[in-house]
Formats: sequence, structure tokens, C-alpha cells
Amino acid sequence: MQFQLEKRPAPSRTMRIVTPFAAVALTMVLGAIVFTLLGYDGLAAVREIFFTPLTNSYKWQDLAVKATPLVIIAVGLSVSYRANVWNIGAEGQYIVGAIAGTGVGLLTHTMTGPWIFPLMLLAGIAGGAAYAAIPAFLRTQFKVNEILTTLMLTYVSVQLLNYLVFGPWKSPTSMGQPQTVLFSADQSQPYIIPGTIVQVGTPIAIVVALLVWFVMSRSVFGFQVRAVGASPAAARYGGFSANRTVWLALLVSGGLAGLAGILEATGPFGRLVPQFPTNYGFTAIIVAFLGRLHPLGVLIAGTALAITFVGGEVAQTTIQLPFAAVGIFQAMMLFLLLAGDIFVRYRFKRSVPEATRAAA
Amino acid sequence: MTVLNRRTLIKIGGAAAALPLVGGRAFAQEKLKVGFVLIGTPDDNGWNFGHDTGRKYMLDQIGADKVETTVVTNVAEGPDSERVFRELAQQGHKLIYATSFGYGDYVHKVAKQFPDVKFEWATGNSTAPNVSLYNAKFHEGRAVLGTIAGMMTKTNTLAYIGSFPIPEVRMGINAFAIAARKVNPEVKVKVVYVDSWFDPAKEADAARALIDQGVDVITQHTDGPAALQVAEERGIVGGFGQGADMSAFAPKAHLTAIIDNWGPHYVKSVQSVLDGTWVEGSVWDGIASGEVEIGKYNEKIPADVVAAAEKVKNDIAAGTLHPFAGPIKDNAGAERVAAGDVIDDGEFWAVDWYAEGVEA
Amino acid sequence: MTLDLIIPIIITLVGASTPILLAGLGELVAEKSGVLNLGVEGMMLIGAVITVAVVLLTGNHWLAIVCAAGASAAAALIFGFLTLSLSANQVATGLALTIFGTGFSALFGQPYTGKAVPLFRSPFPPELAADPVWRVVFGYSPLVYFSLIMVVAVWWFLQRTRAGLILRAVGENDLSAHSIGYSVIGVRYLAVAFGGAMAGIAGSCFPLILTPQWVERLTTGRGWIALALVVFAAWRPFRLLAGAYLFGLVMTLEVYAKAAGGGFRVLPSELWAALPYLATILVLVLISMRRGGSSSAPACLGKPFLPTG
Repeated sequence: MQFQLEKRPAPSRTMRIVTPFAAVALTMVLGAIVFTLLGYDGLAAVREIFFTPLTNSYKWQDLAVKATPLVIIAVGLSVSYRANVWNIGAEGQYIVGAIAGTGVGLLTHTMTGPWIFPLMLLAGIAGGAAYAAIPAFLRTQFKVNEILTTLMLTYVSVQLLNYLVFGPWKSPTSMGQPQTVLFSADQSQPYIIPGTIVQVGTPIAIVVALLVWFVMSRSVFGFQVRAVGASPAAARYGGFSANRTVWLALLVSGGLAGLAGILEATGPFGRLVPQFPTNYGFTAIIVAFLGRLHPLGVLIAGTALAITFVGGEVAQTTIQLPFAAVGIFQAMMLFLLLAGDIFVRYRFKRSVPEATRAAA
Repeated sequence: MTVLNRRTLIKIGGAAAALPLVGGRAFAQEKLKVGFVLIGTPDDNGWNFGHDTGRKYMLDQIGADKVETTVVTNVAEGPDSERVFRELAQQGHKLIYATSFGYGDYVHKVAKQFPDVKFEWATGNSTAPNVSLYNAKFHEGRAVLGTIAGMMTKTNTLAYIGSFPIPEVRMGINAFAIAARKVNPEVKVKVVYVDSWFDPAKEADAARALIDQGVDVITQHTDGPAALQVAEERGIVGGFGQGADMSAFAPKAHLTAIIDNWGPHYVKSVQSVLDGTWVEGSVWDGIASGEVEIGKYNEKIPADVVAAAEKVKNDIAAGTLHPFAGPIKDNAGAERVAAGDVIDDGEFWAVDWYAEGVEA
Repeated sequence: MTLDLIIPIIITLVGASTPILLAGLGELVAEKSGVLNLGVEGMMLIGAVITVAVVLLTGNHWLAIVCAAGASAAAALIFGFLTLSLSANQVATGLALTIFGTGFSALFGQPYTGKAVPLFRSPFPPELAADPVWRVVFGYSPLVYFSLIMVVAVWWFLQRTRAGLILRAVGENDLSAHSIGYSVIGVRYLAVAFGGAMAGIAGSCFPLILTPQWVERLTTGRGWIALALVVFAAWRPFRLLAGAYLFGLVMTLEVYAKAAGGGFRVLPSELWAALPYLATILVLVLISMRRGGSSSAPACLGKPFLPTG
């Protein structure tokens, strides 16, 4: 007996929602088995990584902090990917956004006023968007593949950051250590829930997700992005400019990555250091796909990945699960989630014997 | 090591929902729980290995009936570390060692939230009522290595491979060069910064570049044996282990090693918490108190060199020799420290020049 | 600069270039078939740790390299299964593969850290390489000669064989290749597996040529440089060779210039480090300008093959 994949007439809504949960559940089962076989306490590992962050209310604030940049970046990327524009350099735009905002912060360091923080956020958005404008220009002007340019520019941005914090931006009071001055109170994210570490970035992330959802589903821009992404040729007949979509997709995703960067700098980090790049920009790519390129899905997916990061640390401290094992859990979850995609577009059908090319 | 009771933790988690930041004092603690936060893994044969060895020594000395430890590895110097510190504090750890400079901002944040938990920040630069500093005078060990290198070199060309030009590294270079020139005024010290915290392949290439340009003794301020292995392969006079004995990697080239010996400090500081005598402070000891040890001398080192090295070591321990005793000229020829004067511990961090003979 | 400095620089740069050349060749073939695998770094780490394990257990370098190639090819097949059979997104799956490779190598490598690995030295009698000038020819690890042979082999395969033609057709226009009757998915599976095997061998270079040890994250981002290199080379094997040695030269000259002292820091070292990536972007633009706005990338690069849709 053989099975054959059969394309569904339309992508399955049910599967779109069910498969991620099934994948996570399967990760837990497989993970527990694999790590028990490897000689660890597999059940405890699953419990600590996936459940403790949810059941222990201490951890909710950590989830919020960890998920915030992932959601903001991934929402932007989901717009870009919907338009078939493959910005994989969000990490670079995130860094440049933080640099641009910090630049404003250094200029205004001795000043006070409620206008400073919003101005830094605007600079962060502008910085990220400007950095994404380079691949947009190269793609529209020279047809240079944006996957490659955005990736290359990420490495350049890391060097720019190092140059600044080791050189001109090094704090005079840091005893020679590479770091900028701490942001002042007027330059830092305000805390919003007293007694916790949740800052204004978290509601911003939620607003961004809702806003983008609204724009994508209700506006001409959203329609244009989806139309160009689905079929560039057809969209051209409809009068939509493919070049304009490329620009918009990169500016939006770059701007949001820049926003996440300056929020992270003015919030959890409190200053720029060489250790600022933490791969949020790359992790957000995965979040965007796990969230099915839908702003609300991204909200859930960002939280899910945050759970594994926070839970991974819990598992290290409570059951001494090695750090590396957490990476394997994450990879397993991602593989299964990506594999689950197939059920959205296809269904299995028992096939008649002559159909031998099963997976083709 | 700890295994938490799930039920207790959930109960506390629930109770804490109202007051999310107050620590888990509901534990009926008998043993003192001590947390160690590492930037890498203990098997790096360097910095992290040193701290973990110190932890084991402390456990032996104080006894597993009085103290238990939790080690968290691969903790990035950023907001992720803040979460780990809070996690450890919430789990009832009453003493937490933050073993890298970049943890400082986060140690201070969490320390404010847990006034009854003591924090010790290695290589840090600011204290608080429950945050102390500890560091070791590795430059004292560098003076011993410099003495050996200055006497052993045939080409009068020594090398120093560093990560980044930060004060600690710069002063290590200066101590090495000053000591080497004291025994051999012809010596010059070539410096290569690899501009990375961790890149073994580049360190090895830096060692090759240095040896190809006449260097015959290499020392490095980076973790791991990469440079030493190149020294072994090329058959030059030798190199030195950094942080731990690395002779297994280079039996012929390994002249001796600077061994980070945190054990005595950990014993003292854990005991003071047990006794209730722990106070805010800053410990910066070196050879005299055993924090910095010189490893076994390679058999090929002539007796007079060993004697000279031992004399430098013993004189530093006795306080009769200061690694930065004047007169010291910088590498542009200007006198920086007058005869009879020294660079004291306060001035140490502000030094931004290289001693005579250094080519950086 | 004198000859007695030029020769060591050449020898060091060849060592530094070999892993990115090997990984780049594998990725080049995969990309030519239309598959973008961003998991190179992860596959290199798997190859490196397997190499160390097998060398320490058996002492046999060749066996270690074969095992590394096999293990990384197996990892590449996970990627292949997801992206080819299940049409998962290649960018996301490649990133997941790197996360997997990093975690796997760190966990698997724990027993092998802190141990010295015997180098894989030149296969020629030492007398041949005694003279410095001849050392430039005979002084390398067998992996170096293997990488050079593979440059020619990949070029010959892509340009001169029917199979290579099919592979390129699959990468340029999968739908027509499919309609002529070629198995698009089958060809891509083979290309992805080859890419994985080559990345694994590239990983072998670290413990066997560059720094004979295992330590977590040993390859420190060289896999990403290999990805840049493929683009820099415009998907051509001989340009890849030139590009790899040029990137290697940039990396090597930096440390030699610093070791020479005398104010190398005219250029901030950060600019130096960014140079290969900036140059890659420039090359992309130049190629596109010369061709009047058409890119040299395989047309189907990164896109799933969906014959019915």
C-alpha cells in the first residue's frame, strides 16, 4: 500500500492552525525519548523547557522581554516574505537601527525631556529602513538578489558596531572597556507593569502586530503586497509596480527591525556593547515562518520560541541539561514545524499502485 | 547539585504572581546554594575551566553537606544573563558568581531586586551593598612568563596574541614586555589582536604569521591552546598555557602556564556567607594569595632560567618586586613612570600606552 | 616583502582558504540545482566534530574525512527531505539546520574537548618540501590537493557532462526540466547531499589543518563566508577558487601585517573584516551591470518546486 500526496484545492485553514501545535507536541515526545536514550532525564527536560516558563509566573515577564524583539522583527519579515521579497538581513537592520537610535541618544545625553525617547525610536526605525534601502536599491536598479545582499550587509553592520563601541563611541567612564555610556532615564524604555521588567516595547510589539494585520488585510497596500507576492505577472496587469512593492517590503521590514533594535538597546541592554547582536534577526526568520507569515501567528510563534529560550535556561539550572541539548530541542521543533507545512497544502491519499513517484 | 521539587516551585510561582519579584524564600534551606554563571563551557581549557576548577575545590574544602552549586554555561553577556541571575536568585541561591565583565549591568539590576542575595562580579568595576568584585592580578604571572621568554629567546622577538585592546590585555602585554626587557634589553614584543573573543583558527594563523616573522616565544591572552599547538608544530622555543596547564596539547613547546586559581577565593567568600560575615568589597589578589599560579616548568628550561623565574615569582609574592616599578618608558620613548614610582592598582585601568619594546 | 615571507604567507593562506573553498564548491553545486542551503555552518560543525571523534578513536585520517562527509551529507538530507519532499521554506530550514549542527556538535563533542588531534600532513616525502620554494608545491595536507582536484571535477561535471547539464537545467528552469522528464527532486537531493558532504570535509579542515583540537563552535562563522564566496564567484568553480584564495589572502594578510607591526591600523581592522562582504556586493552589482541587468544567480534559487501549482 502506498500513500500519495495530493494537493488540496485550497490551503487548509484547520491544518494551518493544527500543525504547529502537533509539531510542538511531537517535539516533546521525540525529545523525551531521544534525551532519555542519551542518558538525560528526558521527561524533566521537556517539562522544564516547555512547561515551566508557562506555569511559573515569574517567567512570564521573561517571555515578554524575549518575545518582544522577535515579534516586532518577524511581523516586518512576514510582510516582506508575503511580497516574495527575501530579506534575511534583519539582524543587520536591527543593529543599524540600534546604532542610529544610539547616535541620537549620545547627542542628547545631557538633555532631558519626554521627546528624547520617541526621537530615538524614530531614528531607530529610520536607521533600519535606510539600511534595508540598500538592498532595495540594488534589487530594483540592478536586479541584485536581495537574499544575498541583505545577508552580506549583516556582517558589515556587525563590524560597524564594533568600530563605534571600540572607537569613537566608547564611554569615557568605562575604564577602557568597549561600551557606550548608559542611557539616561529619558532615553530608556519606561517600565509599564510595576515590579516587573516588562517595558513599553512589549505593548509596542502587540500594537505593531495588530496594526500590520489590519493594514495587510484591509488596505490597498496589503492587497498589493499579497498580489505581487502571489503572482508578479498578474499584479503587473493590475497596475501594481513590482519595484514599489520591493521598496515597501524592505522599508517596512527594515524599519521594524530597526525599531526592535533601538528598543532592545534602550531596554534590556541599556547601552551598546559588542555583544549586542544576539541573532534575533535570524531567529525572527524562523518565527515568521512558524507564524505562517501572519501577524497574529507571529505573536504566538514569537512567544513559543521565547518559551524554549527561557525554558532552556531553566533546564540548565534545575536538571543540568547541557546548553547544547536546548539547541537540539529547538532544531527538532523547527524541523517538525517546517515539515508540518506540507499538510496545509497537501493531504495524504492512499494511492493506486501505478503511481510510483510518491513524493514527486 | 539541585533538583527542585516541582510542586514547591509551582506553589511559589502561584504565590508570587501577586508579587513577582520577591524571591523564593519559602524554601527551607539547609545547604547554602551557590550559583556560577559562565560565558562558555568548563571544558574550554581556559577561563571557564579555571572557574569551574575553583568551584570544585571550594566544594571539596567546605563540604557538600554545607553547600551545593549550580553551574549555568554559555550565558551571553546581555539581557539573557539578567534572566539567569534572576532565575538563580529565585531558586534560592544566596551567593551568585558572575564570571565575566559583560555581566555587570545585569548583576546590578538583579542585585537591587534581591537584596538578600550576594553577588560577586569577576573582573568588574563597580560594587553595591550586595555586589562585590573579585579579580586576579594575572599581570604578575605575565611578569614571570616575560622573564622566562626574555632569557630563552634566541631571536629576541617575542609575541603576544590578544583578543581586543582592552586595559587588562594591554597591561598583560606591558608586564610581559617589561619583565622580558629587564633580563634581555634587546627583546621586542610583537602584538597581534585577533579582534574576536573566540576564533581558534584565526589565533592559529596569527601564531603562524608571528613565527614566520622571527618570533620564537609566543604568549596569548585568549582561551584555548590554538597558538601553543602551532608553536609545537613549528618547533620554536615555546609558548605558555593560559588559564590552565595545556602541556597535553604541546608537550615540547609548553614552557609553563599561568593557572587561574579561583579556589582559595571561592572558599573564603562562601565561608563568609556561611558565617554571615560577607561584606561589600573588592578583592584583587595575585601570586601572593595563590590566585595566580605558575604551572610546572618544562624540563627543557635551563636551571638558571627557572631560578630567575622563581625569584620574580617569590619577590612579587613577598611584595619586594612590583611588575610596574619605574622607570618605565613607553614605546615612543617617553618616560611614563619615574624611578621609584609604580603604577598602582588605581592607575592600572587608565593606562593607554605600551611599554618600550612593544610593537602593536 | 621578501621571498622568505611571501612563501609562508602563501602556505598560510592556502590553509585558510581550503575550508571555504570546499564548502563553497558543495554549496555551488546545490545552488546550481536551485537549492539555497543556509545550513553550511551547521554541516561544517558536524563534519569537524565527527572528524575529531574518528581520528581520536581510530587514528585514521581518511576514514575520519569519509565519516565527516557522510555525517554532514546525512544532515543535508534532513534539509533535503524538508525542503524538497515537503516543500518547506529553504531559508528557514537552512537556519534550523545550522541550529541543529551547532547543538549536535557541542553535545557530541563533549568527550573530545581538551584533546590534541594529530594533524593531517603532506603526503609527500619531507625531503621534497624541505626547500621553501618546493614547500609551496608539496607542503600541504592532502585535503588541500583534494580541494583543488574538486574544483576541476566540479567544473568538468557542470560544463562537460550530461548530468551537469541536467543539474543546471533543473536550477534554471525546473518546470521545463520536469516536463522533459527529469526528476527535479531527485537531482536536487543529490546536489544537496553533495553540498553536505563537501561542507563536512570543509569541517575536517579545522581539526586536521588549522587548529588540531575540538572545541564548541570551532568553525566560527566560516560557513557564512563560504556562502558569500559562492555569490562572489558568480557560481563558477574557477572563480570560486580565485575568490576563496582572495578571501584567504585578506584574512591572512591581516594577521601578517599586524605581526609586522608598524601601524597596520591605517585601516580600522573592522573595515578590513567587512571587506570580503562589501566586495561580494560590489561583484554582484558589476555582474548585473555588465549583463544589462540580469543576475547570474540560478533562476530557481531558493524557490520550491511545485509542479502542479
